[in-house]
Amino acid sequence: MAKVKPRVKVPKSAAAGDVITIKTLISHPMESGQRKDKEGNPIPRKIINSFTCEFNGQTVFSCDIEPAISANPYLEFTAKVDEAGTFKFTWVDDDGSVYSDEQEIALK
Amino acid sequence: MTLTRRSMLTLSAGAAVVTAFGLRAGPAFASAEDAMAKITDFAGGTEPQMGTISLTAPEIAENGNTVPVSVSVDSPMTEEDHVASVAIYADGNPNPEVITFNFTPMSGEASATTRMRLAKTQNVIAVAKTSTGAVFMDKKEVKVTIGGCGG
Amino acid sequence: MPVARGGSAGNLSGGKTLKTLFSVSMAAIMSGGMWASVVLAGPSDDKLVIDEQIEMTTRTAAPEGHPLDEVISGWHYRTPETRALETDTFQNPGMLAVEEGAQIWETVEGTEGKSCATCHGDASESMAGVGANYPKWDEDSGKPINIELQINKCRVENMGAEPYKFDKDGQKPLTAFIKHQSLGQPVALDLSQGDMQTWWDKGKDLYYRRTGQLNLSCATCHEDYNGYRIRADHLSQGNANGFPTYRLKQGALVSIHNRFRGCIRDTRAEYPAAFSDDLMALEVYVTWRGSGLSVETPAVRQ
Repeated sequence: MAKVKPRVKVPKSAAAGDVITIKTLISHPMESGQRKDKEGNPIPRKIINSFTCEFNGQTVFSCDIEPAISANPYLEFTAKVDEAGTFKFTWVDDDGSVYSDEQEIALK
Repeated sequence: MTLTRRSMLTLSAGAAVVTAFGLRAGPAFASAEDAMAKITDFAGGTEPQMGTISLTAPEIAENGNTVPVSVSVDSPMTEEDHVASVAIYADGNPNPEVITFNFTPMSGEASATTRMRLAKTQNVIAVAKTSTGAVFMDKKEVKVTIGGCGG
Repeated sequence: MPVARGGSAGNLSGGKTLKTLFSVSMAAIMSGGMWASVVLAGPSDDKLVIDEQIEMTTRTAAPEGHPLDEVISGWHYRTPETRALETDTFQNPGMLAVEEGAQIWETVEGTEGKSCATCHGDASESMAGVGANYPKWDEDSGKPINIELQINKCRVENMGAEPYKFDKDGQKPLTAFIKHQSLGQPVALDLSQGDMQTWWDKGKDLYYRRTGQLNLSCATCHEDYNGYRIRADHLSQGNANGFPTYRLKQGALVSIHNRFRGCIRDTRAEYPAAFSDDLMALEVYVTWRGSGLSVETPAVRQ
């Protein structure tokens, strides 16, 4: 299994009050817990179960993720930008691992 | 891969049996009733109204492993009146829950896109809950096709 | 499928060209609603532009000696949702593997203390266009060599590292990374090198040879019936310009030799080993059939 690696796409800048689109993608097999291995034993569930986007420390958007989300989970959502600052993105794995990334945005 | 033709045939036969049982046994897949029960829970007793929310999903999915799905809800997204969350359900999957998006006034809009897995042709249902207690719903049937050679 | 068969039966002997397929579609439109699925089955007319910048050649005149009039990328045969995934390198899940390949490019391995970058530097310069010209003739082995085998050759001869096993470790991501440096470049093989022509001939022979319990050749599906449906699946020309390809079915990159083996397996035949002479000959011939198409690696398919 390749290393779990997040990717995020945030515009470099926005005018105050703009609603921007944010895209995120993270490499993860999203093992559903429904599959069986060659010997017929169930393969244990291991998924990214939640995601949070914060801006300057305040939650903008979050989600609770179930095994029905595809491998390499893709999320696209919006944020209203009133000031310059930092977006922080956090993914939580079933095994307790936390993956995160940050992106700055400037005001136009 | 070290599959011989014989082990391939055995595997295929095994798969066929699993499929047959899966269909008969029922509990392996969520029923429309299970999904409705989850929706009722999520809505907290409020009867969902059609409209205001729109769910976008393909009519035909080329592969059930990666089906794009988008939701968008008309809302002022103010502190007083905003969409708090949108939950997506698939009524023919082993578990009907797919994802729950939680919005805030800082979201700007109540819209989101992801990619989901669909085990077979079924209904996909999106339910939105607002900060004022309103509940909206949209539903689309997605047909999931089966590959040509089983390959 | 009855509709597809009905639509094709009268035309098969007459010709295999796309013109014929289109005229079947036109007849279908005229003969009414029940033919809708045949009409839908034609390749789409969309244009593939990646990141609103790179205009891709996905339809082009076939090279001399090609049985079809026009060479068409498999991208045209997919649903609008699948096609959309390839238009945005951010949304394309195959790009995760390409990024992994970029890291491998910089990673020192083996006894010589070298990475790919040690000798080849910036891949966006040194590898630009390279992937569009493989398979190439390899004097040392007296055989054609593809990107996967070229990587292994470099690992063994220059890095003092173990060769990658088929589809294992860094083979798919590094191959995808190298081919991605040729994104948008036309596929062009030089058949005048060494014995490339002999291998092309052998690949052509395999392409048309019926095999397996289902008695299918590559040509049955990808030449005679491309544009039609096999059950619910839309048959493409089977071009190689997008490999390694991100397949939604696997949720991962799939190599060209993996796809060859999968296809042959599905005819219910014994399938050759990866990088065997048979599959290398087939790669030469099938890649040539897609001459002029842009390299799409990593393409997104069902």
